[in-house]
Amino acid sequence: MNNKPKIGVYVCHCGINIAKTVDVDAVTEFASHLPNVKVARNYSYMCSDPGQLLIREDIKKEGLNRVVVASCSPRMHELTFRKTLAETGLNPYYLEMANIREQCSWVHEDRDRATSKAKKLVASAVSKVRLLEPLQEKEVDVEPATLIIGGGIAGIQAALDIAEAGFKVYLVEKTPSIGGRMSQLDKTFPTLDCSACILTPKMVDVAGHPNIELFTYSQVEDVSGYVGNFDVKVRRKARYVDMDKCTGCGACAQECRLAGRIPNDFDAGIGKRGAIYLPFPQAVPAKYTIDSTRCLFLTRGKCGKSPKCVDACAAGAINFEQKDEIVEFKVGAIIVATGFDVFDASRKPEYGYNDYENVITALELERLVSASGPTGGNIVIGTGDNAFVPKEVAFISCVGSRDKSVGNEYCSRVCCMYTAKLAHLVKEKLPEANVRVYYMDVRAFGKGFEEFYDRVRREGVRYIRGNPSEVFKRGDKLVIKAENTLTSTPLEDEVDLVVLAVGLEPRKDAREIIDLLRLSQSADRFYLEAHPKLAPVNTATDGVFLAGVAQGPKDIPDTVAQAKGAASSALVLLSSGKVKIGAQISSVNEATCRGCGFCVEICPYGAIELVTVNRMGHPVSVARVNEALCKGCGACAAGCLSGSIQQKSFMDRQILPQIAALGGMR
Amino acid sequence: MNEQFEPNVVAFLCNWCSYAGADLAGTSRIQYPENLNVIRVMCSGRVNPLFVMNALQQGADGVLISGCHPGDCHYMEGNFYARRRFTLMKELLEYVGVEPGRFNMSWVSASEGSKWKDVVQEVVEKAKEAGPFEQFRRNKINW
Repeated sequence: MNNKPKIGVYVCHCGINIAKTVDVDAVTEFASHLPNVKVARNYSYMCSDPGQLLIREDIKKEGLNRVVVASCSPRMHELTFRKTLAETGLNPYYLEMANIREQCSWVHEDRDRATSKAKKLVASAVSKVRLLEPLQEKEVDVEPATLIIGGGIAGIQAALDIAEAGFKVYLVEKTPSIGGRMSQLDKTFPTLDCSACILTPKMVDVAGHPNIELFTYSQVEDVSGYVGNFDVKVRRKARYVDMDKCTGCGACAQECRLAGRIPNDFDAGIGKRGAIYLPFPQAVPAKYTIDSTRCLFLTRGKCGKSPKCVDACAAGAINFEQKDEIVEFKVGAIIVATGFDVFDASRKPEYGYNDYENVITALELERLVSASGPTGGNIVIGTGDNAFVPKEVAFISCVGSRDKSVGNEYCSRVCCMYTAKLAHLVKEKLPEANVRVYYMDVRAFGKGFEEFYDRVRREGVRYIRGNPSEVFKRGDKLVIKAENTLTSTPLEDEVDLVVLAVGLEPRKDAREIIDLLRLSQSADRFYLEAHPKLAPVNTATDGVFLAGVAQGPKDIPDTVAQAKGAASSALVLLSSGKVKIGAQISSVNEATCRGCGFCVEICPYGAIELVTVNRMGHPVSVARVNEALCKGCGACAAGCLSGSIQQKSFMDRQILPQIAALGGMR
Repeated sequence: MNEQFEPNVVAFLCNWCSYAGADLAGTSRIQYPENLNVIRVMCSGRVNPLFVMNALQQGADGVLISGCHPGDCHYMEGNFYARRRFTLMKELLEYVGVEPGRFNMSWVSASEGSKWKDVVQEVVEKAKEAGPFEQFRRNKINW
């Protein structure tokens, strides 16, 4: 077959997005004179059906065998145009794109200069496309299982959806119980559904589902492999309680010498637990866990004459000899649903969170109003003789959100509504209390939100527009200093209880998952999605999906919706059973390779090995690429001393002409 | 140096961070000088020192290599290789008499559209100061 390049160049107007700043006719005219260019055209939207048809017809009629599309970023439409080529039978890798939108027309204003830059970019693409080689995509089997990291509502929902579809799910949760942040909530806005009532059935479903393997008190240690074939290592931390024997009776916890002396994270530190504990009564699995950092026997080797829990446990479930266990398995897809931390209110010292016990966070109030919380649902501040029931209650919104001074420019999206909900609950439990909310703006944007906000105001909650500057103590009252910005009047407000509506932040251990799965962070430090609008659950790593607040603040309905989205994306992979893996990988010219092994050392994936081949009767050592392991980074190609190992579609001899074209020396 | 001189800078960007960051600058309509042209590679670790020499030889007045922040490489360690290689290369270029401002490295993530603008401005400014680069040009070699 005559493989002399016949190139078609297609310049896109993108409506006026490109045409406004770049003279597309001039670029087309310029392109038509470039070497090997047979056809050069422009069209208003190349990515549209008629645009693609234009390319397909030219390929057939003019016998084109290379295509350059000068339009948007290849990150946007490279796949679209590859498909266009493939539909005509042309190898899809005979395509090169010139990015004249994101990196030209959108970032420049001077029409002449933008046009000449666009010409350069097109020339560069043409000079590369001439030398491209046809590549074959390989298909590999997909392991029909999913790893879900995080057992909050996002992880639970995704796990149930995938398991119901008939695929295996490994759900890994760091804490002793699934349920996540939602299980800490009392009611949910705007419907006032009892959080536990709608969540716990799902938790029980997860535990009992034949397709879900649940790892609680466990951590993902290592992930290797690639889309469809990830090898996962999970560390199941020692609970010192035999899960099979424990009946969850709780006799051990009552007997623990430290019972009621350790702040319980689940109760936001208000409630107390022992060293052996169940984080909350509805925990799943309902098995006790020994906190190895606090247990007297585990920290000091001695707990009275003998550990009381051991004596109390009729089932004999307590086992101080238990060790961490490493479990290994293979999955085809991974969903990251690791959730968030609440903003640490002590980072806003002006509100006195560290100084006064009647300045609390919304999560603490949430535990106070919860019927299963440490006070049994009574709003009582303090302990012992100092305990009191507040009468004047103030909420301060946007603590740690929309605040550059603490590095969080974003809106946490839930605080306005949970503040309204908590204000309602306070009014319900303490009808005599006066409740006011200091706010910047009220963002009641979701379904039923505005109606709920109206209802709360009608119930007598006062909304005062103003961001308090300070909270300080005067006598036994707290004073809030603020300016009512609607009336421009400074005010001082004496209250008994200040509730800080803290925002959502990325988890402090977010870094662990980034290192494990090669994720990126967006500017707000939450995990970055592949595209904010069109691929909001995908990540830059194929086969890894995001669900819930790990990707950015959202409320429960949005979290569930995204979890279902992530589950369906994973199911696309699993149910098709096959996945195409990158064709742009490295290959070795064994005739020139001298077997120095440089590339073997460079390769981050261990994809290259030295093998002995017969070269004219002499055994010589050469490098060979394992195509299933190679991810196509090209590090080996840059390190090779003889240029024998090359990355397909990014070969030296394909990039050098690009450089020449940009340098203007062609 | 001539005020009107417009340098020609060739940039090698990794697909996952810097190229995406440059795309984000576009999507956000952040304006920057036209003097920089981009070649996309999958990883900054793919950039062969030969490319830099070649660019300077073929008419570039400056070169930029940009990748993911160290530790964030999509391919785990590609940008570490790039960092080592080009720290060494920078010294070599200075040794052979290339002004240090002509050769630049930066780390721009996919979310740093405005940082990309700053990088381009700085690189173009430095190349402008250094003036037209002709030492390596092929047509200058007198056989």
